[in-house]
Amino acid sequence: MDLLTLHHLTKTFGGLTAVKEVSFTVEKGAVVGLIGPNGAGKTTVFNLITGHYRPNQGDMVFDGVSLSDLRTHRIIALGIARTFQNIRLFQRLTALENVLAGRHYRMHSGILSAMLRLPAQRREEQEATDRALQELEFVGLGSQALTMARNLAYGDQRRLEIARALATEPRLLILDEPAGGMNEQETEALIGLIGRIQQRGVTILLIEHDMRLVMRACEKLVVLEYGGKIAEGPPEQVRHDPKVIEAYLGAEDEP
Amino acid sequence: MGRLDLPFVVAFTVLMTIAPLFLNAYHVDVLNSIGLYALLALSLNLILGEAGLFNMGHAAFYAMGAYTAAILNTRYQIPILWTLPLSGLVAGLFALAVARPVVHLRGDYLLIVTIGVGEIVRIALVNDVFGITGGANGIFGISRPKLFGFVIRQPQHFYYLIWGFVALTIFLFYRLKQSRFGRALNYLREDEVAAEGSGVNTAYYKLAVFGLGAAWAGMAGTLFAAKMTIISPESFSFWESVVLFMIVILGGAGNMAGVLLASFLVIGLPELFREFSSARMLVFGLVMMIMMIVRPQGLLPARGR
Repeated sequence: MDLLTLHHLTKTFGGLTAVKEVSFTVEKGAVVGLIGPNGAGKTTVFNLITGHYRPNQGDMVFDGVSLSDLRTHRIIALGIARTFQNIRLFQRLTALENVLAGRHYRMHSGILSAMLRLPAQRREEQEATDRALQELEFVGLGSQALTMARNLAYGDQRRLEIARALATEPRLLILDEPAGGMNEQETEALIGLIGRIQQRGVTILLIEHDMRLVMRACEKLVVLEYGGKIAEGPPEQVRHDPKVIEAYLGAEDEP
Repeated sequence: MGRLDLPFVVAFTVLMTIAPLFLNAYHVDVLNSIGLYALLALSLNLILGEAGLFNMGHAAFYAMGAYTAAILNTRYQIPILWTLPLSGLVAGLFALAVARPVVHLRGDYLLIVTIGVGEIVRIALVNDVFGITGGANGIFGISRPKLFGFVIRQPQHFYYLIWGFVALTIFLFYRLKQSRFGRALNYLREDEVAAEGSGVNTAYYKLAVFGLGAAWAGMAGTLFAAKMTIISPESFSFWESVVLFMIVILGGAGNMAGVLLASFLVIGLPELFREFSSARMLVFGLVMMIMMIVRPQGLLPARGR
């Protein structure tokens, strides 16, 4: 079953067409990789899915609901969560507070119940904190809950972003270059983490330049070049696609 | 507040509670001014310190509250303290109305718009808008506040009214800070895109915090009107907004203890050095410059909890 379907998605910035007639589907429970050379429009596709940009043409359907006219926080509430290419954590807040952001829309307390500290509000806070700590534990940051985000190591910051996204209880998790800036060991651990997230029943769509990760973690790849889709299929097939080799893999395999 | 801070909080509370017993009326009056500014600065701190929204027109909301109280009291003989919730409501609704179209603006642009709002309100008051604000002369003859049949008129009495309200405000705002709402404000300040991307309705929280901060400033305005018995537009000039902005930044945006400390320094020190007359503002300006160079994060910067 398809969880997310993109139909002829097009986005232009002034005269530049960043994404051109891109269509693909993300099957429920799969790990799908979106790859392509720098500037191919991968992050733009992510930004369209999560409502940071509006498409000029085309549509995106998530589990039967069109995303084109929704604001970002509404899309998150539908069950899509994301991380950012250039790590966007709340730098001066603790790891725990960062993850609590993901619990936000699942909670209900407002100004008054906070000021009066009603029993329901306290219970809700406790539940949210427990859940956030679980997610920190899940990504391996259990001991860092009270560390300020900006004091975490780079790889830990990437994992904290994933914990924050998981705290929203997504059905689809979108990861923008999760291995960016990671060393070999950290990447290895990340592949394990992606597997465990998939086991939780979360579908994953990721952008990644690290080909070892992409080949091992993804069941399907979508290749973009100059904003358009040039290939789609299982990693082994895409890897031998002459168009892909010419555009991307070939250039990288032989420096 | 960590456990280490507790002795300081207790000592400060005790000291503030008994202070009027040792001080003359003039010094108590200075403390009353400090209390009012602390109240306003705490309310601005929600907007500027916690949510990171640049607002340099806070005096407008203060004025809305003060004028609402004064008009209701002098025209309709409603006891001044009873107008407290209504003043807050009027100021809060006014803030929602003016913030709605501009709150999506970023940093410096929002700053300029709020300066404009502050000036529009002040000029409207001077020009006796709707014929109810008394023009440049303002409104006089506001009755003394009564609490349980007790008429509050001496500075010592106002002292407990104002600082009692400050204490209540700190208590409530501290709880707010440690809640879903308080965290949402911090997410806004740290990274708006990430906040929205984590499921926080950023547009709602920006508006809500403007409304709440303004409502609190409006209630501070009621206390001001009750204390002065006369209000006029010059009490709500652009300079007031600047001073409040300064208190929040100087104290350490997002830290209530810092904001309180800065209220004492910014409002109290110039009073203590009155004999130097105009030279004191020169020194004051110089101290501000040095502070921002040496300690740009403020006296007591906000910390992770």
